[in-house]
Amino acid sequence: MKIVSSGLILVVSLVALLLPEILWAAGGKAEMLVVVADTRHVSSGMNLYLLDLYNTNPMGFGLLCVIVTALLGSSLGFFTDLLMKQTGIDLKSRKLIEH
Amino acid sequence: MDWMYMWMPIAGVDILWPGLVLIGFSVGVIGGFFGMGGAWMVTPGLNILGFPMAFAIGTDISHIAGKSMISTIRHSKFGNVDYKLGCIMIIGTVIGIECGAQIVMWLESIGKIGSVVRWVYVCVLLLIATMVFVDYWKAVRKKKAGIVGEHGAEGLTWYKTLHRIKIPPVMHFKVAGITCSAWLPIMVSLLTGVLAGFLGIGGGLLRMPALVYLIGCPTHVAVGTDLFEVMISGLYGTFTYGAKGRIEIWAVFVMLCGAAIGAQIGTIATKYAKGYGIRIAFGLAVIACMVSIILKQFKYDIPATVLILGAVGLICLYICLIMFRGAAQELREKKAAEEAAVA
Repeated sequence: MKIVSSGLILVVSLVALLLPEILWAAGGKAEMLVVVADTRHVSSGMNLYLLDLYNTNPMGFGLLCVIVTALLGSSLGFFTDLLMKQTGIDLKSRKLIEH
Repeated sequence: MDWMYMWMPIAGVDILWPGLVLIGFSVGVIGGFFGMGGAWMVTPGLNILGFPMAFAIGTDISHIAGKSMISTIRHSKFGNVDYKLGCIMIIGTVIGIECGAQIVMWLESIGKIGSVVRWVYVCVLLLIATMVFVDYWKAVRKKKAGIVGEHGAEGLTWYKTLHRIKIPPVMHFKVAGITCSAWLPIMVSLLTGVLAGFLGIGGGLLRMPALVYLIGCPTHVAVGTDLFEVMISGLYGTFTYGAKGRIEIWAVFVMLCGAAIGAQIGTIATKYAKGYGIRIAFGLAVIACMVSIILKQFKYDIPATVLILGAVGLICLYICLIMFRGAAQELREKKAAEEAAVA
């Protein structure tokens, strides 16, 4: 009985000692490097709005990037398409010849 | 010369903006012609201009999404985009990329990530280049023997065997002109997605030849459909890198200004090029990429960068030449036809 209870106390003590050590050793995942945009020398306007959004709302900035990219892509595509039409090249058909 | 530098407030660096326009233009031309995003060309270029690597990758993905949108719009008007096929392939691509990323995490946990990824990349590129040149050699032999199909002589026809596997649902893809089991594009896109996720690339480099050799798309339709998929995955990448704060949105805008013109030129150049012309040029670009990776593996970083950027410049010039000569020929014929009609 004495041996069993001593053994139990030993195990519990070991666990109590090892647990914090295990937790320390495991460590957390490496944290992502946080970049902060410097707004000190930026005047008011679009630039300041973008940098403030970048610093304070990452999801919002991500969403804005998607919207801006999609808008830029489609409007530039449309605009350059109009420019190419002025060249007189047939832009609606092509022949599928492999070899 | 200060006016040639633009302050990037997020990355915190001054960047030579004509360099951004030039990179955007070159990759627009090449991407529009081959049907790929071109991250393997842009990322080293941005890094050389002064972007930290994480910003180079994030900014590049955003630029690729915008540029692919421009090219997809143009290819769509030519009738080169099979949206039905593209949408079905997105399912496999997304799942595949996630699987590929998990394999990377596992390799990283056992400490084997570095050289394994590079050598797998080299092997995959070697396989693609071999396929392209064997295909061309076979096509030339068939043409000489007079064996010519609907769109000309064909070399490798693995897709014909795969089309015979009719696991339901069987679907007809009108623009690509093929009828096959829906599982074929899903499995092919799953395979290319796994490789892309594993290698950390967009996948256009892998998906374009897969569309040609395994699914049986005509080359022009493979280019257009692939760009549609690159656009979708690029927009997703834009969101994820934007949320992680690794996109320099002003650089994206400047690059897209160059890419807009380049994408039009590259896309229109496909009109004047035969399918095999596109495939051969693609094969040469793949070889340049492969040699560059081998050089990097052996720590020859500067020669690797010089090789990639040199190859990009030469291929871009070649495609511009195809486009301008083809366009000049077309306009001459048009003028002659109008004069004959008046007479």
